[in-house]
Amino acid sequence: MPGAIYAEGLVKTFGEVRALDGVDLDVPEGTVLGLLGPNGAGKTTAVRVLTTLLQPDSGKAVVNGIDVLKHPNEVRRSIGLSGQFAAVDEYLTGRENLQMVGQLYQMSGRDAKKRAVELLDRFNLTDAADRPAKTYSGGMRRRLDLAAALVVSPPVMFMDEPTTGLDPRNRQQLWEVIQELVRGGTTLLLTTQYLEEADHLADTICVVDHGKVIARGTADELKARTGGERVEVVVHQRDQIAPATEVLRGFGKGEVAVAEHTRKLTVPVTGGAKLLAEVIRDLDARGVEIDDIGLRRPTLDDVFISLTGHAAEAAAEEAEDAARPGGQGGRGSQKEKTK
Amino acid sequence: MTTTTEAVNLTAPLPRGGIVQSVRDSLVIAKRNLLRMTRIPEVIIFGMIQPVMFVVLFSYVFGGSVSVGGNTSAVEYRNFLMAGIFAQTVTFATAGSGAGIADDMHKGLIDRFRSLPMSRGAVLTGRTLADLVQTALTIVVLVIVALLVGWRIHEGIPKALAAFGLLLLLGYAFSWIGALIGLSVRTPEAATSGGLIWLFPVTFVSNAFVDSSQMTPWLRHIADWNPFSATVQACRELFGNPGVSQSDAWPMQYPVWASLIWSIVIIVLFRTLAVRKYRSAAG
Repeated sequence: MPGAIYAEGLVKTFGEVRALDGVDLDVPEGTVLGLLGPNGAGKTTAVRVLTTLLQPDSGKAVVNGIDVLKHPNEVRRSIGLSGQFAAVDEYLTGRENLQMVGQLYQMSGRDAKKRAVELLDRFNLTDAADRPAKTYSGGMRRRLDLAAALVVSPPVMFMDEPTTGLDPRNRQQLWEVIQELVRGGTTLLLTTQYLEEADHLADTICVVDHGKVIARGTADELKARTGGERVEVVVHQRDQIAPATEVLRGFGKGEVAVAEHTRKLTVPVTGGAKLLAEVIRDLDARGVEIDDIGLRRPTLDDVFISLTGHAAEAAAEEAEDAARPGGQGGRGSQKEKTK
Repeated sequence: MTTTTEAVNLTAPLPRGGIVQSVRDSLVIAKRNLLRMTRIPEVIIFGMIQPVMFVVLFSYVFGGSVSVGGNTSAVEYRNFLMAGIFAQTVTFATAGSGAGIADDMHKGLIDRFRSLPMSRGAVLTGRTLADLVQTALTIVVLVIVALLVGWRIHEGIPKALAAFGLLLLLGYAFSWIGALIGLSVRTPEAATSGGLIWLFPVTFVSNAFVDSSQMTPWLRHIADWNPFSATVQACRELFGNPGVSQSDAWPMQYPVWASLIWSIVIIVLFRTLAVRKYRSAAG
């Protein structure tokens, strides 16, 4: 039996760019799938197809047992979408925004009002309920946007880069909300550029690149393929690269990578922080002066490099932006802000 | 983050589908847009200042030098002019409809609406209805200014009200063209300028500001068949204002009917195109 979100062979092209190039997904009910990939990998396009916003060129999509292409309006009743940018009316208050969305989900005015009060309370927005959303902080807007997506407690949720542009504290808060939601049984598909986020929230991760799923598995499985953590050392002078390499070789689980011009040495390890202390002691004993040392966990780039041999790069979604009227400015400017 | 139970006791959802939902969704969106207007009153204020400025400028700059039916008195011109200014006002306001819709797209709100189980035409209908309310307010202010500079009606209140009905219908029709433009461009700025540009030839190649019988023949034909002219001519008749065109073009002979037909045709055509665009918009 297919899961709560199911896709088979989704293809969508924008001009020359294949934003989706045969994507298959299957998300069992009550679980979280993380779509991990760089800008332009096709993550947003996938979400837009699954939430009825975009017609694929070919392929099949089923959400909650309903065919997305044949019965889009039925699908809309049972999904919540929280897009990349807080899609709230900034001149309306938080309360008015939620009431409007409730009514558009075909609730009666009274129910929409009641639901808005609950959601405002749940998302800590009660104090700001009657202020225009314009006056909200970035984190508050995201929470309002998420609340709007939850008005009907949809069994299936889509979140497109829910924490992009948020500071760490707000990100943490949003993670907690999402986790609470999932504990309540919601099926969730979320896209992210951060391995850490997928690791934190998702049961399964699909790594996407150039419109294709290039790997699937749990966070641990992906990390294992990536080689786990590594120690990174920047030595003070070039002539210290040789002795430092020798020291690192003693700890490493693989080759020591040396970047001559930045005097940076990297080596895969196991053993975490405790090992780091030993490395520092040994380097010191050899008289190597270090500018910087750290334990690095694998990042999206590491996953990418190990899976594809190239670093993550942006392409397809930009083409989609160009193809969408109104899309470019909004997204572009927001993206700049997050940099 | 507080934890609250997810369970809510909601009464059954309202009946779905059909015209009832369509109307209800449109009203929800119209309410949203009206609320917005009250939060940005400067938009309404500027929307009112512009036509008032036109009244004053045209009245005093052209008044006295343009002949209306052989009469060059300034008061005569002002009485002639006013129907044109009213019509220009209701049509120029439509650039705002397009800009508003482009802004909603830009901010991702259209995506949100399109992901909701709401009527497909409601976002646009709600917007155009709210803009109609704003236009009506502007007209009220404009009537007061017009009366101050010497404009008068001579055919009674009911006919004058019918004229304002035709004007608002024309404005509503044109706002669907604005909506289509708003859905077709990338930025609100483009929607504003794109929404205005085409209005200049439409409003000037008409009987609005000068007597079209004084135009060269080919231009006069365009002016006589311009939907905009039909409404202006109808208003002059219904207000009992001077300068009613004696042209034997059908729309000038039966301007009330012509105005009605033109407006309805524009609404049907452009509403269809705009809603289709909306369904596939942003994708």
